[in-house]
Amino acid sequence: MRRQIPLILTFLTGIAIFIAFFIPHKPFNEVQDILLDWAIIIAGFALLLGIHSLLRKHITHIKKKDGGWGYSLILTFFFVGVFTVGIFSAIQYKGYSLTPGSLLYFVYDYMVIPLSATMFALLAFFIASAAYRAFRARRLNATLLLIAAVVVMLGRVPIMENAFFNFLSRFSDWFMFIPQMAAKRGILIGVALGAFAMSLRIILGIERTYLQ
Amino acid sequence: MKERKGLIIGSVILIIIFIGMLIKGEPSKNIMVWIAAILTLSIYSFLYRDNIFYKFAEHLFVGVSVGYSVSVVYQNAFIRRVFDPLFITRTYIVEGQFHILPFLAVVIPTLIGLLMVSVFTKRQAWLIRIPIAFVVGSYAGMSISPSFQANIFEQTRSTLHIALSISSFIMIFGVITTLVYFFFSKEHKGFLGRTANVGIWFIMIAFGASFGYTVMARISLLIGRMNFLLYDWLGVIK
Repeated sequence: MRRQIPLILTFLTGIAIFIAFFIPHKPFNEVQDILLDWAIIIAGFALLLGIHSLLRKHITHIKKKDGGWGYSLILTFFFVGVFTVGIFSAIQYKGYSLTPGSLLYFVYDYMVIPLSATMFALLAFFIASAAYRAFRARRLNATLLLIAAVVVMLGRVPIMENAFFNFLSRFSDWFMFIPQMAAKRGILIGVALGAFAMSLRIILGIERTYLQ
Repeated sequence: MKERKGLIIGSVILIIIFIGMLIKGEPSKNIMVWIAAILTLSIYSFLYRDNIFYKFAEHLFVGVSVGYSVSVVYQNAFIRRVFDPLFITRTYIVEGQFHILPFLAVVIPTLIGLLMVSVFTKRQAWLIRIPIAFVVGSYAGMSISPSFQANIFEQTRSTLHIALSISSFIMIFGVITTLVYFFFSKEHKGFLGRTANVGIWFIMIAFGASFGYTVMARISLLIGRMNFLLYDWLGVIK
């Protein structure tokens, strides 16, 4: 029973949503909408486990005064602070806390965006050092990788205005639209076939690793 | 010793440049801009090595990001879909009459979701499989049709949009050889092996182009942060 009930539930929800794609009429489309709404609510509860896990780890650090407990204190403080701001804003703006002017919008604008932009910008330096290691033209494959990257980089930001860089810019666009897109399409079709097979395996109960 | 000397010289040069910019420019008077600038510099200090300023900014970033994401999900999942229909708009009461179906449509997923908490008990921990099964089943069902429509039908249709040109030929050839590379049911030997090898070339070109594109995106973010430091904070650029 401990395995059968979840397997039956997976089968029923998967099939109900799948059928609605082929019969987009009442009651199938309504059932699909309701089930997807339910999935959002239920997945929201998984967040509780995530919060519990994060807070337990850092509060234990703080209690034991392990090395770097101060950082755990900062993380916990800002997590609780921003979450409180989020709840306050949601109550104030009746469920639409990201309305411009709300406190959460202020946090998003002045903290989340600049911090994440800086973090990702930091990667520019590491990506350059990774490129140095990956792009050494030792083999044909690495050489192709190097040529493609250089063409795209120089083509996107031409160093000067002349015939060569104009050509490079157009060549870069062609590179992105034809050879790059050809491989991307091949990968996308392969991924979609894999996703389809995996979804069928899950719905039919062949794939059960998520129940462990 | 040499490293420490280099660090001291580097720090002194940076401080001199900073003071020079403060004198020459028009530094911001907004406290939030100063905080953002100090956090930005703290994150960039990682370029030297892992240090307390970076760790402070990193933990602050994680705390703020998680707090923000949790409050957005909490709002989308609970406030709009559970709290609001149950206690504010009361969708289950129409013209003074209680309707069971709209009521159950909110209560059932809430109860199923609450089963997530069963993981904290020893004997009933298996109940967590029910909400997980529901979510996995719905997303599996949901992913079939869009993946077919957007990734298989649409991509194949666009590929087969044949014109008499070299580009069109390269496109079809590239898609087929890439697909052959991902065909693992037969050993890549002989004709299949050679075709798969051409597929690898196309994949390498795609990865290189994507890498170049990503580098440019990161550089663009870096320019944005530098612009913030030099224009918004120090006012050196006008």
